[in-house]
Amino acid sequence: MDSSFAITGKGYAIVAADMTVSRSIVKMQYNEDKIKVLGSHLLMAFSGEPGDTVQFAEYVERNIRLAQIRNTYPLPPPSAASWIRRELADSLRSRSPYSVNLLVAGYDLSTHEPKLYWIDYLGTMATVPFAAHGYGSYFALSLLDRYHDPEATVEEGLATLRRCIDEVSKRLVVTPGKFKVKVVDKNGVREVEL
Amino acid sequence: MSIMEYNGGSVVAMVGKGCVAIASDLRLGNQALGISSNFQKIFPITDHIYLGLPGLATDVTTLKEQFRYRVNMYTIKEEREIEPEAFAHLVSSTLYERRFGPFFIEPVMAGLTKKPSGEYKPFIAASDLIGCLNFAKDFVVAGTASSKLFGVAEGLWEPGLEPEDLFETISQTLLNAVDRDAYSGWGAVVHVM
Repeated sequence: MDSSFAITGKGYAIVAADMTVSRSIVKMQYNEDKIKVLGSHLLMAFSGEPGDTVQFAEYVERNIRLAQIRNTYPLPPPSAASWIRRELADSLRSRSPYSVNLLVAGYDLSTHEPKLYWIDYLGTMATVPFAAHGYGSYFALSLLDRYHDPEATVEEGLATLRRCIDEVSKRLVVTPGKFKVKVVDKNGVREVEL
Repeated sequence: MSIMEYNGGSVVAMVGKGCVAIASDLRLGNQALGISSNFQKIFPITDHIYLGLPGLATDVTTLKEQFRYRVNMYTIKEEREIEPEAFAHLVSSTLYERRFGPFFIEPVMAGLTKKPSGEYKPFIAASDLIGCLNFAKDFVVAGTASSKLFGVAEGLWEPGLEPEDLFETISQTLLNAVDRDAYSGWGAVVHVM
């Protein structure tokens, strides 16, 4: 039932994910952070099968860190996303696949561009200007088709994201509740209050 | 719900007079929901070969990377570029390796073979998901709009098309077939060699 959204704009990417943990019809927690900070300029929102999500996210976090320790430089967003995709694609054809859907967002310091990758549990990866996972995607994607502007400022981007969250809260049968929002730009990663 | 239709997408290749063309749509979907309108499924293999990979999108990326690796190894070992005919058999054996747990991809290839006389001979081929090759002399189709592509291509294609006419023929074939398929569309790309 979890929803996550991400958009890119002029020199930044914003990622938002709901903060509820639910089991069956019961909400178990309201303040779960489902967006991992994988490096100074890299974010990853994860959703899917409870258990798999945190396990996989921590596995990715440690391996991205390892790559940085080994090579001195951190993996740029395209390389990090490719590695993560391959892990999911290999996992899909293993005995116990991870059911985890991801939004990987980063700021590429070599090209000075924000990057956003939509990745699902099959290992499908797409480079996109905006993306969503979960039931929220059915509302947010069409809304973003209308309102997304690649040249928008961070303030405008956050306003667009606010519209997505408001729409989902209004129309989805089960309201996702609070959202955690993180921004990545040339200065790095920061959390913002909507 | 078939796994071959999960992400959508179609590819077509055609032979012309001393030229070939390959074209695809750009849609990536999750069944009926569109995710991306810029998902490439055609990849350059050498300067004279293009490979189209319609089917399950995770396998599109995996196979693209696998073919890049295998063609690089071939180039280093043989100290020359791979020929389209040899590449077609590389595709076939790569797919047949996974005979009982296949990649859900139906590849389409287009290339030019250099003859001893110096002129180029057009080459196209297609394969099913376990590597059964089809060397056609006119056109090959694959993907969710393949049935529609067959019909339009059969009507529009003719032998001996010059590059400009081949471009027009393959473009109209793809565009008109894709308009009748809900799982394909959302932009298109055409390559003429």
